[in-house]
Amino acid sequence: MVNFYAILKKELGSYFKSPIAYMVIAVFSVISGYFFYSLFALFGVMSVQSMNNPNMQSALNITEEVVGPAFSTMSILILFMAPFLTMRLFSEEKKSGTIELLMTFPIKDIEIIMGKFGACFLTFLVMLVPTLFYQVILFILGKPELGPVISGYIGIILLGASFISLGILISTMTENQIIAAVVTFGALLLFWIIQWGASFAGPVFAKVLIQLSIIEHYQEFARGVIDTNDVIFYGLFAFFFLFLTMRSLESKKWRG
Amino acid sequence: MIQVENLTKYYGNIPAIEDITFTAEKGEILGFLGPNGAGKTTTMRILSCFMPATKGTAKVAGYDVFKDSLEVRKRIGYQPENVPTYRDMSVSAYLNFVAQVRGIDRRERKTKIGKVMDECGITEVSGKLIGKLSKGYRQRVGIAQALVHDPEVLILDEPTIGLDPRQIHGMRDLIKNLGGKRTIILSTHILPEVSMTCQRVVIINEGRLIAVDTPDNLMARLQKGTKILAEIEGPPDDIMKELKGVSGVTKIEKKDAKSENTFTYLIDSTIDRDIRKELFATISKNGWSLTEIRQIDMSLEDIFLKLVTEEKD
Repeated sequence: MVNFYAILKKELGSYFKSPIAYMVIAVFSVISGYFFYSLFALFGVMSVQSMNNPNMQSALNITEEVVGPAFSTMSILILFMAPFLTMRLFSEEKKSGTIELLMTFPIKDIEIIMGKFGACFLTFLVMLVPTLFYQVILFILGKPELGPVISGYIGIILLGASFISLGILISTMTENQIIAAVVTFGALLLFWIIQWGASFAGPVFAKVLIQLSIIEHYQEFARGVIDTNDVIFYGLFAFFFLFLTMRSLESKKWRG
Repeated sequence: MIQVENLTKYYGNIPAIEDITFTAEKGEILGFLGPNGAGKTTTMRILSCFMPATKGTAKVAGYDVFKDSLEVRKRIGYQPENVPTYRDMSVSAYLNFVAQVRGIDRRERKTKIGKVMDECGITEVSGKLIGKLSKGYRQRVGIAQALVHDPEVLILDEPTIGLDPRQIHGMRDLIKNLGGKRTIILSTHILPEVSMTCQRVVIINEGRLIAVDTPDNLMARLQKGTKILAEIEGPPDDIMKELKGVSGVTKIEKKDAKSENTFTYLIDSTIDRDIRKELFATISKNGWSLTEIRQIDMSLEDIFLKLVTEEKD
């Protein structure tokens, strides 16, 4: 536990003592803020129009028109940002040779991995903090339902944890941070669009593809539904890739 | 303290080291000598549990480096080649991190870090970022890192590489002071360093062990006879002829001219006794003047070259 905490502290230090964390958080906040503004402004325009149109009035729903889409766009942004958070975790240690120190300290591999995962995950949570501000504005100016907001955040957090676990695995495989980022992005994108093949695949295979899709499981959260199936999917996804990360670190023991 | 038996490591099909066997006693400073690419770093990486051997065993303090890796890692301090450090951390934050993962109690941490910073002479840069330090200081931080938990065994991979002569001197003194209590293994391809700091030398070349012995024994073993250097003023041909006649002289060679009539001569003798007196008597009898005469010890460099070339033959 002491070792886990030591690694966590060191990694948080290198996120927040360098510009990386601030840049990622700033870019994420600006773009997610713009998305939110656009969705909210559009809703405002529609509200004004609906004053002359009673039919439209009943169809207007701030939860469906603003909260849901805002979470969906946030998930796309996280797809872009996650590789930049994870790319340096192991590849930098490999490049600078500090991996040799880290692996010869009396620490277990799992403590190293969980320390790094924890630090990256906490940074990711910090990145989400500014978006709480948008929800506050929503609640001041409108009357959205609280449920979908909470489930949306739970979904985003699970999604982020999954992305990070895959990113960590890939950063153990290369000493080049750019390669780590590009491959992570590609792999995440593949998991994102994998259900596209479902439309022309056989019935069983289509189901598998849909189940594998990292975004398909997120849709329910954005709609305000917390399904154990989806929670388990993200849990397994993160566990599986962290497990592979352990194997990848160990592989130096049997690889020549 | 350290037992290495038949250690072999292959990278793919290429052997990095083959059948390396040696031991190091408690408190001993053991030097690893070899040209670049001889397998020094590979051996050290196996001893420090960074990677496993293909064959053979290595034990540190009775624990196997592969089976009881965690126990071994607790007992060693390791400074890898090129001294990797976290450049974005300050010296004190870095040592604090290392102390933490080395399992030093929170209350003891401060005094231990203070002590090790004192020992390595880095107290005055404790607040600076490691990336901003000069190479000499970084090297010291690397040693401090390896020392902070007061390990029984210290493994240093080329601790003096890239330092200026004054820093090298300081580093050697530091290492010598560290010995005695601890077992130290250090690698180098700088030969005088070994004779200056180490009690025993392990010489490896192309992954194979060539010799394990004290520097003095190695010299005695390989020194088949002595070499004498003399600077004599007089007719060279006569001198060569006369000195050849002195008993014990096997070969005489005229080297460079000091002035018109003065030359240095390199005289080889087989017999294990000092023939300088006889040489002097012959020279003075003939009325030549002697300006210098001294015995040349075989340097570690000669030994090394001799061992490495003998191996090839």
